[in-house]
Amino acid sequence: MSTLFYLSSLVAIVATLMVITRYHPIHALLYLVVSFLAVAMIFLSLGAPFVAVLEVIIYAGAIMVLFIFVVMMLNLDKDTALQEKQWLRPRVWVGPALLTLVLLLEIGVLLVRGDLPALQLAVVTPRQVALSLYGEYLIAVELAGFLLMAGIVGAAHIGKHKKESLHRFLREETDAHEASAGDAREVHTGDGEGIPEKERKTWQL
Amino acid sequence: MAVVNIDRVLFVAAVLFLLGLTGVLTRKNILFMLISIEIMLNAAGLAFVAAGSKWHQPDGQAMFLFILAMAAAEVSVGLALVMQIWHQHKTMDVEDLNKLKDE
Repeated sequence: MSTLFYLSSLVAIVATLMVITRYHPIHALLYLVVSFLAVAMIFLSLGAPFVAVLEVIIYAGAIMVLFIFVVMMLNLDKDTALQEKQWLRPRVWVGPALLTLVLLLEIGVLLVRGDLPALQLAVVTPRQVALSLYGEYLIAVELAGFLLMAGIVGAAHIGKHKKESLHRFLREETDAHEASAGDAREVHTGDGEGIPEKERKTWQL
Repeated sequence: MAVVNIDRVLFVAAVLFLLGLTGVLTRKNILFMLISIEIMLNAAGLAFVAAGSKWHQPDGQAMFLFILAMAAAEVSVGLALVMQIWHQHKTMDVEDLNKLKDE
């Protein structure tokens, strides 16, 4: 069991390191799937089989599928990878990497000095988790339902494909710049009054 | 049967979390920043599950479920925003998204 833990945590760390250093989004996503599967193995070795299954199904399944669909829809290709390569120079990543390394050392020192006892493995069964969820955490479950509902509605609203959705103040500004007239601002004060027909159409879309 | 020290598990969670943090800090592509946030959420969930397994309580796994629901909602809204940004600006660079800045 302990070999399983060490092996899978090594895989998880290496795969995550590969995720944050890849240039191409699809490569990063595939390494992220590997990392999630390795974390699922860690959960299994910690005696949490229910969460391990959920990690595979929801994280490595559903969420990664969302990411991959979006990458496919955005049609990111070699140019994006090239741009990433230009962005990710040592000058950019050395500073943050050093700072987070210091944080990691601090956490490591705290954990080593804490002298915590060994973990006694006892499998927490799905039955216990379900009883806890629908017992003491019932309100939190309902709130999570609200959150998911808000997420669905928000995603459907934001993801709507509009032709152009500049905010009206920004559009006004660009119009004013083009006409180089400063007093175009006071036209759009009312609720849709005095707005040209073309703009009102784009609003209603 | 003793498996591993709890500090080893927490150390792995810390390493994963800080890798995600490094990703958020270094990347300029907004898609990679979302991916790094996912890594950080997953690491936090690992710490919760480790703690729950230490005390033999189901609470850690219940918290992981809430983190999972939160991550799903966050990813759906975030990816919708990424698509809007791509359609309107034709770029994924977060430094180009400065229309709200005072000049």
